[in-house]
Amino acid sequence: MTATTQDPGIAATSARSTRSRRSMPPMTPKLAIGLLIAGSIILFGIIAPFFVGDPSEVDNVGLAGPADGFILGTTQTGQDVFAQLAYATRGSLTVGLIVGILTLFLSAFFGIIGAYFGGWLDESFSLFTNVMLVIPGLPLVIIISSYVPEKSILLVSVVLAITGWAGSARVLRGFTLSVRNRDYVAAARVSGEKPWRILGVEILPNLIPLLASQVVFAVIFAILGEAGLSFLGLGAADSFTWGTMLYFAQNGLALRLGAWWWFVPPGLLIALFGAALALINFSIDEIINPKLRSQTRATRRGWKLSKAELRAATKEDVL
Amino acid sequence: MKYILQKLGFYLVAFWAALTVNFFLPRLLPGNPVDIMLAKLAQRGPVTPEAREAVELLLGTNTQAPLIVQYWQYLGKLFTLDLGTSVAFFPASVTDIIAQTLPWTIGLIGVATVISFVLGVGLGMLAGWKRGSWLDNLIPVTTMLQSVPYFWLALILLFVLGGMWDLFPLNGGYNVYEVSPGWNWAFISSVVYYGTLPALTIVISSVGGWMLGMRNMMVSTLSDDYILTAEAKGLRPLRIMTTYAARNAVLPSVAGFAISLGFVVAGSIVTEAVFSYPGIGSALLNAVGSNDYSLMQGLFLVITLSVLGANLLVDLLYSFIDPRTRARS
Repeated sequence: MTATTQDPGIAATSARSTRSRRSMPPMTPKLAIGLLIAGSIILFGIIAPFFVGDPSEVDNVGLAGPADGFILGTTQTGQDVFAQLAYATRGSLTVGLIVGILTLFLSAFFGIIGAYFGGWLDESFSLFTNVMLVIPGLPLVIIISSYVPEKSILLVSVVLAITGWAGSARVLRGFTLSVRNRDYVAAARVSGEKPWRILGVEILPNLIPLLASQVVFAVIFAILGEAGLSFLGLGAADSFTWGTMLYFAQNGLALRLGAWWWFVPPGLLIALFGAALALINFSIDEIINPKLRSQTRATRRGWKLSKAELRAATKEDVL
Repeated sequence: MKYILQKLGFYLVAFWAALTVNFFLPRLLPGNPVDIMLAKLAQRGPVTPEAREAVELLLGTNTQAPLIVQYWQYLGKLFTLDLGTSVAFFPASVTDIIAQTLPWTIGLIGVATVISFVLGVGLGMLAGWKRGSWLDNLIPVTTMLQSVPYFWLALILLFVLGGMWDLFPLNGGYNVYEVSPGWNWAFISSVVYYGTLPALTIVISSVGGWMLGMRNMMVSTLSDDYILTAEAKGLRPLRIMTTYAARNAVLPSVAGFAISLGFVVAGSIVTEAVFSYPGIGSALLNAVGSNDYSLMQGLFLVITLSVLGANLLVDLLYSFIDPRTRARS
């Protein structure tokens, strides 16, 4: 079983004292930059709306560039772009948060529980997951939202979560299947631990990095999905998100009129936030897949002996 | 054989589930197509009860039959390819519209997806082979391109390359003023010219994912013992890279390619919205815009069918290229 000792999860359970340290990603520059950018955007979304004016307030200074009074200029109808951006950040992050949480629960429920208990439960959960996986999400979302005239942010998020959880569930199921057959889980079962305790204490801690990366993916997916949906004019009504801002900018011909201050910031924030989350995911990936960590082929190339060493080695052989 | 039957069974179940969703969704959601249409009509003038009846007849919601009977009728109609009549493109039938728009979507997005896959896997292979090279360091950049919202990137490229520099046309599938559809050189070159920019945006935004996946698999594979053996045997590096490492590392990408091929039809919506391309996605948006529910249902059916078909095809193909899948089942 030497192969499995590479797994950080196993190493963590065998040495409880180092668990917290081993299951946290090492602080690499990638992770630091990712956390910094994501953190600043989240802080901006939480705090900034308290300090800006009403984002829908119409002014007679239309399509003015960044200048005094308006940090990021104004829209066609004279609304403050910076104020809109602050509220939009909050809106988009809310969508990401709701979808992230819902995906976590749905994928954990259908992925982990099915795989652990096995039998017909696993069969039916896995069939359901696979069916959900192959039913195309975006068209379904578009059709659902076309039937519901008054959409709130909550509704859009729930629809995005319902169409997006299946991929994570499949990944979790695969990993749970391999964990549940390991010796220490069998030992826990033999020693009479209750199934829920085995799931929560023995299996779940191994899945945390994987869960984290799946949630991060779900958040990126949700924010991009919401932006796309809003861009098509099918997003939440009466609320600000990065997507609705881009939708209004596109409809107000911001690009043709050269109003970059209206069009660029929301897209840039989506890109930055997505990139930051992707950077965080890179670091989580290196925990899940230890092979990505070790410099395998490069180190092997360093396995060269100097001539003196070679001579010494052959001499020993001869002796 | 058992494996193939199992797969076929699964896709039958999935197809049935999609049909059922397609049938019950309009009937369970709060919005009623008849009411939405009447509300639109009411803006232009008073609506008579006769008009209501006519709309109900048009949308096929005039029956008082119980849901389960309607469901059977719906299934029966599907097998005769009778998807109803489109409201938005009246009097064309839904089947006609699908036949008109599907080739455009498959042509544009299919070709773009294949280019993106080949390019991404090739570059990913090189990046994984030479870890730490400039190509490898490029990967985070391409991943960042992936987190840029696709339509935003497409709009900016359209603005710069189509609006400012006038290199590419702004919208459409071919030059409607000068050429007419047919198998002649003028039409085909016009289609290629009009399709270049949309295809370019798709490749730019999706190549990073293939690169990253292939690179990671390549790195994993290179740490396997048989690669060490191959190196120790003194094989040429090119041979190790292609026939030893890449051949095994590409398997997950092939599976991913299957799924993305299926989503060619589904993912076309935003692209076609940006470039006003005459494909399935534009038709779906048109249908949504004009509350054309039979067209919406028909298009959703085609999209689902294409996703399921592509997945089935690859599942079968996969069992030949990776014998482990057969053994496991």
